[in-house]
Parts: sequence; structure tokens; C-alpha cells
Amino acid sequence: MAHDTSFTNQEFKVIGTRPPRPDGVDKVTGRAAYGADTFAPGQLVGLILRSPHAHAQIRKIDTSRAEKLKGVKAVITSDDLPDLTNGDRAMLDILENCMARGRALYDGHAVAAVAAIDAETARKALKLIKVDYKRLPHVTDVDEAVKPDAPIVQPYVRTAGVQPPPTKASNISQISEFGHGDVEAGFAQADFIVEESYKTEQTHQGYIEPHACLASVGPDGQGELWVTTQGHFTFRNQCAALLGMDVAKLKVTASEIGGGFGGKTHVWMEPVALALSRKANRPVKVVMSRDEVFRATGPTSSTSVDVKIGAKKNGRITAATATLRYQTGAFPGIWGMLGAMTAYACYDLKNVKTVGYNVLVNRPKVAAYRAPSAPMAAFAVESTIDLLAAKVGMEPVDFRIKNAAKKGTKASYGPTYGPIGIGPTLEAVKNHPHMRARLGKNQGRGMACGFWFNFGGQTCTDLNIGVDGTVNLTVGTVDVGGSRASLSLIAAEELGIPYERIKCNVADTSSLGHNDTTEGSRGTFSSGMATIFAARDAIEVLRERAAQTWEIDVKDVKWEGGRAVPKGVRHSNLGTLTLEELAAASPNTGGPIAGHNEVVADGAGVSFASHICDVEVDPETGATKVLRYTVVQDAGKAIHPDYVEGQLQGGAAQGIGWALNEEYIYGKDGRLQNPGFLDYRIPVCSDLPFIDTEILEIPNPNHPYGVRGVGETSIVPPLAAVGNAVSNAANVRLTHVPMSPPRILKAIKNRRSNATTG
Amino acid sequence: MRYAAPTTTREAAALIAKAKGRAFVLAGGTDLLVRMKIGTIEPELVVDIKRIPATQSITKSATGFRIGAGVPTAAMGENNALKKAWPGVVEAANLIGSDQIQNRCTIVGNLCNASPAADSVPALIAAGAKAAIVGPRGRRTVAVDKIVTGPGTTSLKKGEFIEAITLPRPPPRSGDAYLRFIPRTEMDIAVVGAGVSLTLGPNGVVKKARVTLGAVAPTVVLVPAAARAITGTRLEDVALAKLAAACEAACNPIDDMRGTIEYRTEVAGVLARRAAKIAYQRAGGN
Ligand SMILES: Cc1cc2nc3c(=O)[nH]c(=O)nc-3n(C[C@H](O)[C@H](O)[C@H](O)COP(=O)(O)OP(=O)(O)OC[C@H]3O[C@@H](n4cnc5c(N)ncnc54)[C@H](O)[C@@H]3O)c2cc1C
Repeated sequence: MAHDTSFTNQEFKVIGTRPPRPDGVDKVTGRAAYGADTFAPGQLVGLILRSPHAHAQIRKIDTSRAEKLKGVKAVITSDDLPDLTNGDRAMLDILENCMARGRALYDGHAVAAVAAIDAETARKALKLIKVDYKRLPHVTDVDEAVKPDAPIVQPYVRTAGVQPPPTKASNISQISEFGHGDVEAGFAQADFIVEESYKTEQTHQGYIEPHACLASVGPDGQGELWVTTQGHFTFRNQCAALLGMDVAKLKVTASEIGGGFGGKTHVWMEPVALALSRKANRPVKVVMSRDEVFRATGPTSSTSVDVKIGAKKNGRITAATATLRYQTGAFPGIWGMLGAMTAYACYDLKNVKTVGYNVLVNRPKVAAYRAPSAPMAAFAVESTIDLLAAKVGMEPVDFRIKNAAKKGTKASYGPTYGPIGIGPTLEAVKNHPHMRARLGKNQGRGMACGFWFNFGGQTCTDLNIGVDGTVNLTVGTVDVGGSRASLSLIAAEELGIPYERIKCNVADTSSLGHNDTTEGSRGTFSSGMATIFAARDAIEVLRERAAQTWEIDVKDVKWEGGRAVPKGVRHSNLGTLTLEELAAASPNTGGPIAGHNEVVADGAGVSFASHICDVEVDPETGATKVLRYTVVQDAGKAIHPDYVEGQLQGGAAQGIGWALNEEYIYGKDGRLQNPGFLDYRIPVCSDLPFIDTEILEIPNPNHPYGVRGVGETSIVPPLAAVGNAVSNAANVRLTHVPMSPPRILKAIKNRRSNATTG
Repeated sequence: MRYAAPTTTREAAALIAKAKGRAFVLAGGTDLLVRMKIGTIEPELVVDIKRIPATQSITKSATGFRIGAGVPTAAMGENNALKKAWPGVVEAANLIGSDQIQNRCTIVGNLCNASPAADSVPALIAAGAKAAIVGPRGRRTVAVDKIVTGPGTTSLKKGEFIEAITLPRPPPRSGDAYLRFIPRTEMDIAVVGAGVSLTLGPNGVVKKARVTLGAVAPTVVLVPAAARAITGTRLEDVALAKLAAACEAACNPIDDMRGTIEYRTEVAGVLARRAAKIAYQRAGGN
């Protein structure tokens, strides 16, 4: 049945309330089963041998001694994962990332794996595998990697997006350009121009739960995988394709997930676990250590960005450009392109041009990290916007309001905006009490804006009504941030029954049609849409059952407040039939009552946020303390405001960590120096102030309730908001993230020595 | 691996002395278990000393304090007499890790783990603490600054372990302080640490001082030049600048992911100045 996806302004009964999440008790009592919590009879322990080199040719792998060790049931190398990708290079990249094929491309790259009866045996077996490496020159820095004489990471890569197509291999896999107008003419009209270059270091999503799975493949080619993932359907499709299995014969069950933030959107060691199980003919559990998570999953890009913006005396921007170089790890990626698309999305610009470079280096394959690529671009642009506002002599917030995009603005990345929230978030910031809080010595305030596209995609949802009138809502989008609560609220709203009567489950891949991964802030947007329609489907059935019971035309039955109500005085003697009554009677009125919907949820609403940050910088140590932090974001419609606020706070917390201390540190040998939470410093509780939030609701015209995604945008402004605050507090511009104490102290000292010499 | 939990000091010393492979004393285990888990050490024998009564208490006597080797640092924070006498030592011990860590970890473990960045060690050395050692050949007492010989190595001989740490009774008008720099607010390793212990004359002038630095050299360093810089002063700005300069000169740090040479050196001076001021106030100076 076709349903209307457009926004209708309706009064809500339960949407917008804050009931406790259905998965809460299990999570606080430890009953919730995460990736490592599934067990199978006879299961083996799988461990992976990883390259200690940044770049090396693998001359030979001798597994014979490991195979002979008592208790070892399988040893595999890339020989056990033949290329079945049929010329699909992106899929082959995924396979090669799971297990090196002749060359180790980064420190931590998998080269072999074992399955044994226990961890001790498996560890011993790893030590018995002899790998003959020939070290090759490596490159880990993005600016080094684009130099003409840099070591080539992937000889097959030719730069896409340049004419004529190059014949020589390059570390630049793609150059992409966005924008409109004539930037040269625009700069000619400018009274002030600011140019600055920025760097950001690589960060990891830092989810607390490491990757973990239990894989079981039988000799008949049927298999099961229990795994922590943001998208079990995607995992199923990728694993089936890489291992030559039938999609329908691999059943994947998503566990509870201890954070993903983009890092659990594609497979890392799951195909290896399946291949081990296939070879050993036993179930195999693989649980990554934290060291493996840092070295061999998908952090976000490190970047190098040049920005130039010009404005007139009246504060209108006349032209803006940016060149953005993003490293994508040892395989091609789209990350520089996304940076180039998002860089100026907040602004209404006549002349704008951005160029994105995707650059290969000897580091792990970059994966999505919450609004992937946007935070680094925003750091560069929003820092420059502050510098330009100062030159023009305007308050940063007023300068941004003057240039903000609005309905009808042609976005720098192409489309023309519908109703959007950047202007309202800026006005809310301007009027927020935070902006009037007093600042003391060595303290500074900064603000910044951010944008994210959001995504919709494929969704398939079932709604089944039990004989007692309670409802199973079955969805295929993994619940990462509280979506089961939000979707239950939506079902309750549509059916007109209490929230407590809904039980929402995330089904395995054999129980529903394909659902896209929980990414792009799509979970509540798209599954919410499918839930509305599935519920409306079920209501159709409920009305029919009532009509049948009353022996009247279904057109004369409406659904109101959780019950069927006959229309018109003609039927006023019939009373009403509640959902419970209809459910109880269902065995005799036609069987179970259900609703179903599958949809490609187009029309995800773009999302904007503006953040304010106050910091204090110790001028003698360069240490930064975040004093106050406020997030203002457009949610479209906040279905469950607690979990919207949670997303806004979580994104800000991650962004603050990234801004101040988190970074991948590589040694000259190309090895990661800090693969652990001791020296990869995510914020601890006491590092953060209470993060205040203000939700705005500018409805998305393409969703019945007006929902936009909310999960990602909140990480976009913090790098710049913190950067602007620190720069104001320390009285020197910071251009390198993280703004760790040594970097800040150095900048302060440089400013002082420039002041005395200059 | 064998695990033993003897109840007497002699038994423990005998076990360690007789071990065939590598034997380790287990106090709080917050270093040892981490190293075993990541596989950097594979002990043949682990001897838990927490069942030995002599390691379990903090005692105060006319000459000072004796802190048993099994006493968790949380218990030091709850001992008012100790806190009053040696606030700097206690604050250093209570910077280690987090509440959970402090419920287990000990200052002796912190010392014998022999990390240049150990938080309690600069404060202990500034305070003039001593280690009571037992071993197969009997007992000996040595100054804490003689225990660590380099990163991960100590002067303890085979079969020896530390039974307790002793702190002298501080003279009147004394104060001590410890500060460390970490990029976060907790759960981190000192990039630089500075301990100062001092005693004032009746006129508020520093009569005697000891200044120590952590994480800026292979072992914690005692900086006599820094002590001289403030001795005979009331910590005027000139004296503090000299103190900082002496500390910077004593630094011999490494460049690593936790801090550059330049950064560590500069911050060592800053922290020593700040710690000296706190110790001075605690001693009753103003
Ligand atoms: C999460 C976390 C945070 C931490 N944060 C800090 C911090 O902020 N600052 C800091 O300095 N350290 C920190 N540490 C390290 C550690 O907690 C401290 O060094 C602690 O003081 C060690 O004490 P313990 O009793 O647990 O030592 P153990 O682990 O029991 O022992 C450490 C070493 O000393 C030896 N040893 C123990 N007792 C004796 C003895 N009586 N005689 C001879 N040898 C002995 C052991 O054999 C072992 O080699 C942290 C550790 C963790 C896990």
C-alpha cells in the first residue's frame, strides 16, 4: 500500500514524552547480550596475527608449525579467502582489508588467523606462524602522501576526477570539486580576505565495546553469525559475497551494541571468523582486543585544509574556497569528497568552490565517524569565519546570521534548500543566556555551526498484535541510541495505546526484508516512517475486523483513541471495540492481526546545529578546561527528547575530546604508538562540564511527523567551537587539532616571542 | 603459574628466593595484573603479600609513620594523622588512577614498578621516606631514592621485597606538596610531576628544602640546586624563578607521545614553582 510521507501538522499524545527505554533495565543489570556474549557448543577461540610493519611485502607465510600444535583446529591466510568479487574492486578492498593479500598495508593489517580450543593455545599458535616480510617504504602523513615521490600505497590506484585520465599510480584516488559562481570575481569585490591552513589528526570513534562475533558455518554451506554491528543486513550481504555463500543461508543476528558511531558499518574480522569456522567445522568466537580495535578497524581521516574567504565591509561574504586533503587509509574512500561537500553548507554564498582530495596512506582503512568528514571541514571554515568576522568588526554570531543559508539557498554542494534550521539555531545562540555568562582571566568563548546531510534508505518493518492486545514491533535497524523507545512511541501514537503495551525487537536477517545500516542518522527517521505505515496497515485490518463484527461497511469505521468507533448516528448503538477486544477475537475473525511496511525513505531532512563553548586556558601549561558548553540543534521533531538530548550531548563530548586530546600518534617506523585508552585520550567524566541542550523543531516536510535525523550533526561544530574559544582565551589562533597542551603552550610562546621581536 | 599467599614475611622471602622462574610480589596488582594480561610478563610464581599482618597497617610512633606494603592508597587518604603530617605524600598517593584503583594500589607497588612517572615517588623522596626491606639474608633499610635504578629496574636483590615505607616525623613549621601535569583530569600518566618538602625558620624563611621531579628523567630526580634556590628565601619571585630554572636544568626527559622534551622541561619549572608555594603555605608561611 502506498502511504503519504509528507508532513502533516498533528496533535500528539505520546510523541515528545520521555518514558524509560525498553532496553534500560537489561543494560544496567548486565543482562543485555553484547557481541562477545553469545556462546555455542564446541566453540573455538579465533585470534588474528597482524603485521608489525607499516608497509611490507609478504614473501612467505609458514603455518605448518601452528597447524601441528595440539588443540589448533584451523589456520587461515588469504589463500583461504579467494577473490570471488568478480572485478568489484571496492569489495576486493574490503576482503584485502580483512586479510592481507601479498602485502601488509599498515601496522595491524591481518596476515593470518587461527582457531583453537582455548585462548592460550591460540596465542601459542600465533607465535608459531612465521611470516617472511620484506619491508617497503611507507607514508602515514596526508601532506607527505600527495608529494610526487611518496611511496605508492596501492599500485592499482589512478586519480579519478582529472582529465585526461592519468596512467601513473598515485596516492590521490580522487579529486572532486563542488560550488558555483565565480570565486575570483567574488574575491575581487571583497574588502577583507582571510586565508589560513589547518591540520587535524586522526581520531577513533572510541566505542567502549570492541568488535566481537561468533561465527558458525556448517559443511552444508549454511551459516550463522552473531555480531556487534550497526547493520546486520549489510554484514550479511558483504560476508556472503566475500565467502561465496547464499545470502538467504547466512543468518546474521545483531547483538546489543556498545557504541559504533560509524565504526561498525562494515566488516573487519567477521569474514575471517566465518572462514575459520568453515575450515574448522566448529563455531569460532573472535573478540578484538583494544589494541586491535585501534590498529585495525576504521578511524576517521587526518586532514590538511586550506581556506580562503572574502567579505565586504557590510559583512556579506563575496567568495569562499577550500582545498581539503583527507587521508582514507590504505584503501580508496570518499572522505575528502564529503569534506568538500559539507564545508560551506551552512552559508548562503554567491561564489564558492571546494576541492576534495581522497589520499591513501599506510594507515587503517578509514570508516565513517559520526557525520563523517564534516567536523574537520567545519573546523577549518568556522575558524576562518571567526577570523574574518574580527576583521570586518562584527560579532561572530551576527556575522554568521548575516551569511546563513535559508530556504531557497543553493547549497554549495548542489541542491536548493527547503525549510532549514541554521538561521533559527543562530538566533537561539544569540539569545541564549550562555552568551551573557561572565568570563574571567584566561577564559574565552567560541561558537561554531555545523551541517549534516542525514540519510533515509531501505527499511522493512513488521507489527504483530498479540491475543492480549500487546504489540510486537519488529524492526531491522540496529538500536544504537535508543531507537526502540522512539519507535515504540510512534507505534503507540498511531495505534492509540499506551507505550508500555509495545515491545520493539530488532530482528535477525532471516526474519525481515533488507534494512540499511543504522548510519546517516537514519534509524528513527526511516524505521519511524515504516513504523507509522505498518501501524496504519494494522489499523486497516482492525477496522475491517470491527466492520465484520458489526456487519457494517468498513468505510463507516474509524480508529480513535485505541478503538474502533462506528461513524454516524445510524450506528450509535454499536458501542466501540478496543484493540484488546479485537485482538482477543482475532482467532475467530480471520486470524492474527498484523501490519507491514517496506519503504525507501527518501527525503531525509538536512540538519544544522550551532554550539557555544567557554574555556579557560592555563597560560603556563597550555591545559584547557571546558567551563560551559551549549548545543542548539534542529531535530525536526524530537520523538523522545531524552534520547535527542543524549545524542546532542554525546556528539559534543566526542567533539570536545577530538578538539583537545584525541589523536593517532605514529612513530617514524609507521607504527601506531598509542593503541589504548591510556594514551589515546578520550575525555573522562571529570573533563566535561554539563552539556546544555536546546532542541529546535523545524519540521522536515518529507516525514509524516517532521522528523530529521539527530545523531550526527552534534559532532560537527565542536572542533571549531572549542578552537575559537581556546584561541580567544589564549589570544592566539590555534590551527592544529587536537589542541593538546604542548601545542597550545607552543602557540602561546610563539605569540609572545613574535610580540617582543615584532 | 603458581600463586602463593603466605602469612609471614619469612615465608614470603623464602618462596621468592627459591622460585625457579620469574617471581613477582603482588600488592594491589594494578600494575602487575595489567602486565600479565597484555603478556609482557609471564611469571612462574606470584606471591601475594596482603595476608601478612605486618603489611596491612599504618602505624604512628614518636619517630614518624610506618606504612605497610599492602596498604591501599585509599587508606592513606583516610588516615588523618598521616594527612596532617605529610599532606603532599597523601595527595600524590591519592592521584593514582581512580577510586577503584586506589582501593587496591599501594605506594610500594608504585615504587617497585619503577616507572619514571610514578606519582607517589617524587613526594616520598621529597619527604625523605625510607624502605624497610626483608630478604633471605635479613633486613635492611634504605632511602627510597636508592630503590629505583632505571625504568623498570630496582636495586632489590633476589628474594628481597619491601615490607613497609617509613616517613620521619616532620619538624615543626614543615609542609609538603605534590603536583603533576596530565592532559586530562584523571586516569592518566604524569607528563611531569614535582614534589616539594620544606621546613621554615621562625621568621618564615625556608630553612631546609627537598625538591623532586618525576617523568623528566629515567628515574625520579632529587634536585639539590632547586632546593638551594629557595633556601634562605620567602619564595619571592626571584627565588621562584631560580627554582624553576634549576628544575629545568635538571630535566633529561624523552620525547614521546606523552610530551615533548621542550614541553616537559618548561612545565617541570612551572609545577615546581606552584608546588613550592603550596608547601610553603602548608608550613605556615605566607
Ligand atoms: C587504570 C590505571 C590507572 C593508573 N593511574 C596511575 C597514576 O595516575 N599514577 C601512577 O603513578 N600510577 C598509576 N597506575 C599504575 C599503578 O596503579 C600504580 O603504579 C600502583 O601504585 C601500583 O601499586 P600496586 O600495589 O597495584 O602494585 P602491583 O601491581 O601489585 O605491583 C607493581 C610492581 O611492584 C612489585 N611489588 C609490589 N609490591 C612489592 C613489594 N612489597 N616489594 C617488592 N616489589 C613489589 C610487583 O612485583 C610489580 O612488579 C595506574 C594503573 C591503572 C591500571
